[in-house]
Amino acid sequence: MAQHQVNYASAAGLPIALTSVDKLVNWGRSNSLWPLTYGLACCAIEMMASGASRYDFDRMGTIFRASPRQADVMILAGTLSKKHAEFARRLYDQMTEPKWVISMGSCANTGGMFNTYATVQGVDRIIPVDIYLPGCAPRPETLQYALMMLQKKIRRESADMKKRPIQDLTHQDGKKRARLI
Amino acid sequence: MRKYTPKDNVQAKAYYTDRFWVSPRVPQSPVEEGTHFAKVVETLGTQCREAYIVDGQLVVHIDATENFNVMKTLKEQCGYTQCSEQSAVDYLAQDGEFELFWQLLNIDEAKRIRVTTRIKQGEAIESIEKLYRSANFAERELFDMFGIKVNNHPFLKRILMPDDWEGHPLLKTYPLHGDEFASWYEVDKIFGKEYRDIIGPENRDPAMIDRYDTKRFSRIGYEVPFAADYTDEEQQPVEYSDTFLVDYNKPSKTLDERK
Repeated sequence: MAQHQVNYASAAGLPIALTSVDKLVNWGRSNSLWPLTYGLACCAIEMMASGASRYDFDRMGTIFRASPRQADVMILAGTLSKKHAEFARRLYDQMTEPKWVISMGSCANTGGMFNTYATVQGVDRIIPVDIYLPGCAPRPETLQYALMMLQKKIRRESADMKKRPIQDLTHQDGKKRARLI
Repeated sequence: MRKYTPKDNVQAKAYYTDRFWVSPRVPQSPVEEGTHFAKVVETLGTQCREAYIVDGQLVVHIDATENFNVMKTLKEQCGYTQCSEQSAVDYLAQDGEFELFWQLLNIDEAKRIRVTTRIKQGEAIESIEKLYRSANFAERELFDMFGIKVNNHPFLKRILMPDDWEGHPLLKTYPLHGDEFASWYEVDKIFGKEYRDIIGPENRDPAMIDRYDTKRFSRIGYEVPFAADYTDEEQQPVEYSDTFLVDYNKPSKTLDERK
């Protein structure tokens, strides 16, 4: 991590801070996460509250963007219906790399109480998810915590996209399957 | 011993019926002379098959082919200027028929009428969109949810489900968790059918725990490192048994053979 305050006495009197490229890049990425303005259901109300003045996402460098081209985090806030799944995936595909996904609330995580024919049973069926945020609906503090956890995750991983491990998931039928990309 | 009754088709028949239970019914009363509703019944004449009062509103049974003319009479001569609701009820299991109803409102008199009729499966109904614009979406929903075709509708297209959806979800024969088409819909649409194997079937158990998935679940009885592989391990802790777990993804048993 870059040091904000340079100790001139110890660094040969020069403004030098030693770090690695990974840390520098991830420092930049994790401190300006721009989520997509994309609400699906009632969780979106909590997401809006998180962005507004009382909870204030801006102090974490998080500003909602109205275009997937400018966003690097997708917060899937709410019930994803099967009719809409196609469009959610299209928005995800339109986001530029690197990109991360937060699945917000029970409905996005597992389908939640909508155990029906018309609801996608977990958005990880169509989009790879980084953070699963439980709750129905999660409070704004929880979403902020999820975002901080995502920041931690970003700081841990390699800045080079090719070096990231592809996780595998074991499904309930026991078979191992490659993770969606 | 009580006689065995099959319990698999729970949508067609109740699993358990109390012998002494009488279903609560809203009392019906005949149309009294001299009231507003009596005039309505008189105006309809022979088009009205049966008429009675339920809960302060008139219920009129009509012939399915006459629905447009009946609505026209009610709108132009009786002042029923609003169609607030229109839908159907699936009685295919009991009677082999749909019951269609229209709920009309007369604002001047503050009176409501329910017009009902019955049609067989595959029969079409005449659109009343020319009389009531609100019937446009209601008839599209009727088509979407029940598959009932509406003649002379300006734009008869699915309104809630996607255009390429198969099946009509409000039919009592439609499974709650969806048929095969529904359960793979988003996968087929986005990735294609060949991705079914990669993504896997839907998990219908929201409380599902996979004890071998050490990335998402902690292992009961052990402390294990993140992402450790324990799939080949045979031994089970004493406190833990798979037999106590309920598999919500398993299809329900068919007990018909026991008859």
